[in-house]
Amino acid sequence: MIRFDHVTVTYPGADRPALRDVDLRVDEGELCLVVGHTGSGKSTLLNAVNGLVPHFTGGSLAGRVTVAGRSTADQPPREFAELVGVVGQDPVAGFVTDTVEEELAYGMEQLALDPAVMRARVEETLDLLGLADLRDRGLHELSGGQQQRVAIGAALTAHPRVLVLDEPTSALDPTSAEDVLATVTRLVHDLGITVVLAEHRLERVIPYADRLVLLAGDGTARHGDPATLLAGSAVAPPIVHLGRLAGWAPPPLSVRDARRRAPELRRRLPTVPPTPHRTAHPATRDDTGAAGVVLAAAGVVVRHGPVVAVRAATLDLRAGQVVALMGRNGSGKSSLLWALQGAGRRAGGTVRTGGRDPGKIAAAESRRLVGLVPQTAADLLYLDSVGAELDQADRDGAVPGSARRLLDDIAPGIADADHPRDLSAGQQLALVLAVQLAVTPRVVLLDEPTRGLDYGAKAALVRTLDGLAGQGHAVVVATHDVEFATAAADRVVVMAGGDIVTDGPATSVLTASPTFAPQIAKVLAPLPYLTVAQVAAALPAAPGGPVGAAPADAPAGRP
Amino acid sequence: MTPADGGDRLAAYASRMRAARLPRGLHPVAWWLWALALATAASRTSNPLLLVLVLAVLGFVVTTRRTAAPWARAFHYYLVMALIVIAVRVVFRSVFASGITADDHILFRLPRVPTPEWYAGIQIGGPVSLEATLSAAVDGLRLACLLCCVGAANSLANPKRALKALPGALYELGVAVTVAMSVAPQLVESVQRVARARRLRAGRSRGLRAVRAVALPVLHDALDRSLRLAAAMDSRGYGRTGTATRASRQLTGVLLLTGMAGLCVGVYGLLDPGVPRPVGLGGLGGGVVLSVAGLAVGGRRVSRSRYRPDRWQWPELVVAGCGAVAAVVLTVGTGYDPAELNPDLYPLRWPTLPVLPTVAILVAALAAFAAPPPPRPRPAPVPAGARP
Repeated sequence: MIRFDHVTVTYPGADRPALRDVDLRVDEGELCLVVGHTGSGKSTLLNAVNGLVPHFTGGSLAGRVTVAGRSTADQPPREFAELVGVVGQDPVAGFVTDTVEEELAYGMEQLALDPAVMRARVEETLDLLGLADLRDRGLHELSGGQQQRVAIGAALTAHPRVLVLDEPTSALDPTSAEDVLATVTRLVHDLGITVVLAEHRLERVIPYADRLVLLAGDGTARHGDPATLLAGSAVAPPIVHLGRLAGWAPPPLSVRDARRRAPELRRRLPTVPPTPHRTAHPATRDDTGAAGVVLAAAGVVVRHGPVVAVRAATLDLRAGQVVALMGRNGSGKSSLLWALQGAGRRAGGTVRTGGRDPGKIAAAESRRLVGLVPQTAADLLYLDSVGAELDQADRDGAVPGSARRLLDDIAPGIADADHPRDLSAGQQLALVLAVQLAVTPRVVLLDEPTRGLDYGAKAALVRTLDGLAGQGHAVVVATHDVEFATAAADRVVVMAGGDIVTDGPATSVLTASPTFAPQIAKVLAPLPYLTVAQVAAALPAAPGGPVGAAPADAPAGRP
Repeated sequence: MTPADGGDRLAAYASRMRAARLPRGLHPVAWWLWALALATAASRTSNPLLLVLVLAVLGFVVTTRRTAAPWARAFHYYLVMALIVIAVRVVFRSVFASGITADDHILFRLPRVPTPEWYAGIQIGGPVSLEATLSAAVDGLRLACLLCCVGAANSLANPKRALKALPGALYELGVAVTVAMSVAPQLVESVQRVARARRLRAGRSRGLRAVRAVALPVLHDALDRSLRLAAAMDSRGYGRTGTATRASRQLTGVLLLTGMAGLCVGVYGLLDPGVPRPVGLGGLGGGVVLSVAGLAVGGRRVSRSRYRPDRWQWPELVVAGCGAVAAVVLTVGTGYDPAELNPDLYPLRWPTLPVLPTVAILVAALAAFAAPPPPRPRPAPVPAGARP
């Protein structure tokens, strides 16, 4: 269906090609998963399928890309509209009309389909994606998951034979993401559409993938059976690491798969993990008294007009503790963080930190008490070089040079001359974090920092947060990412509908509910293990060696 | 054909007629024709009674036939604007006193502002007469009527659907407006977000630096978004090639430009009594023909179809017709004394209400009954779980 023949893509001004000699074949009806670090050429590969690379983006493409026998070299992307449907990361950015029904019809109008055909297809698509109740609704009143489903539907109405999705779930909470991915897999199974999908959170999609394309980072790509490829890859979901540790070959790809092989492993593990799930700075964790409280919030209420975003939330933040704030989109996480910092509205309640209320003092004062990194971190960057941003941070009241030092600690290798907008998402986050930390706030709040970060960047962020907690900061991270929360948090707070519904140690909260449980916990339940590292420490044998043979009757490969 | 056959066909025809009156949105062009016809009628008269009647008809039709959509609530703003127009007109006329004759009834005198020699043409302050004020008010009322006609069309016809009714050649224009309308709120949201985020860095909230600190991220955002939108539209087939050649594109341009020029000359000629009437009519006719030809040629450029296009059915025809009756009766001026349309202020007396024009304007109100009722919005289903 899709063929890449020795494709090399070079963007103007780049010192190395974004894709180098990629040779790839995706057959009809396959779900092909594209994996790689940020900047390894995932988007380039996806956009090359319908010719947006190089027709729209510029650059040169050597080799040949064909879809259903048609070469993208001969025709612009718009002529591929009835063959390839494209869904991007941010559905809102691609909407042309303003209601669900019109958006679904837009692509067909461009293809000059007959009105009767259009009407029939819109109705089919509304049913297929479960959007029938939303047909008259404005696109901007929908939730993120619904918007993404509309975007998929809008691509489907043209009856394309290939669907290209570029990280369709990166902005969604776990439930909406499941919803979208379930839709995608249903399309593959029911309609036989060929799907090419890029996704950071591998653990979600890998069970459904027929083919894996692994981008190495230098522009080259390997492709093949997911289990085989992942067995030797550094970019892999925790479950594959567990499989490697337990000596299961081929490695399991789904929780179900691993769970069926796990009884033997569970027998060999002690009932209580010998090590905590996080090993950094055991200083003040788990104390419940008033000692170590650096921020005390009581009865915080945030209202946006008639909507109550936060309903009397009470929260104590302790020095040396990393708190993960979880909950679905719109549950009030951001509103709570902004209210704690003092920059956001607060309709009631008290916040005390360092003996003062951050909401009642000047912004320059409150940021010395509480530092907040907003969801779109780049909003804070407005100068034209990293050096200028760091100098500005120093002028805003930091000890000269401290911002630079912090940045080098968090993410070494960012030059003064770089433009902030050219940095990767992870580097931008590091820069904003450095700017905010330069004035030494005791409390650090991060709103959805993991959006768009790959495994490597997330691991780096965990290390940074550990370092901050070690220095006695109180850290709160709002996140949707369960695996990240497991690696980063000592304590988990779950919000729903503006209320704090759960607040407790990570170990108990993350093993209690299936939605907020990491993969390892799902596989090893009822044993309270959360990370691969814990399992590795508990197993008697030396890591790396064959720890236990797979049972002879174990299911091979995928379910 | 047997009589039974005929009966069946008649029944089928009747049921089609009835179906056209089921709740739905009327074709936007019908509302625009109706409103423009009423505007034409209003522009022919300076009889305050007739003008007030036109306003009443507009208000009646708008309140009975508008939908619940946000744009349908715009009529209020047009009414407020109309009042402002009248007030401005009256105030200006009083301050810059002019055209006062010896027969005028003087209401009061404003203090006179001495004007320099070279500015002698205009007099500021002085006597304010009843006649001048009335004539200014009626002038204002007529302008207000025209304004409200446009307002009524905007509240009755979904502006988006009206854009969709544009001929194919103007399709790009329609898309640009649609995109701009959806981008504006996003831009506002983006400005709010960035301005809010600035507090986190304790940025100064005034001065050039503040403008830069907000503008740079916002512009960057907007640029990013428009690039992504362009990519999305390209992948969805926007601008697929039709059958246009270079020559046909040039022909379109020439036809449209000369057509527009003809239209301008024609309208000017018709409005200015100094220009001979044939010149005005000729210019208008020629302009219309050339423009339509240009649009037709240009329309072949794009190959596209329309999803659920508005259909032109008998209620559309009746609505447009109701408006046309008013326009024709007031323009032609037969069957009544045309002087009654523009009552004289000297001597001052109560204007009379000419029968035929009154009936014609009331006929325009029939649009409220001819048009099918607007569709009721379905009750918004509450999705499982809270929406953000």
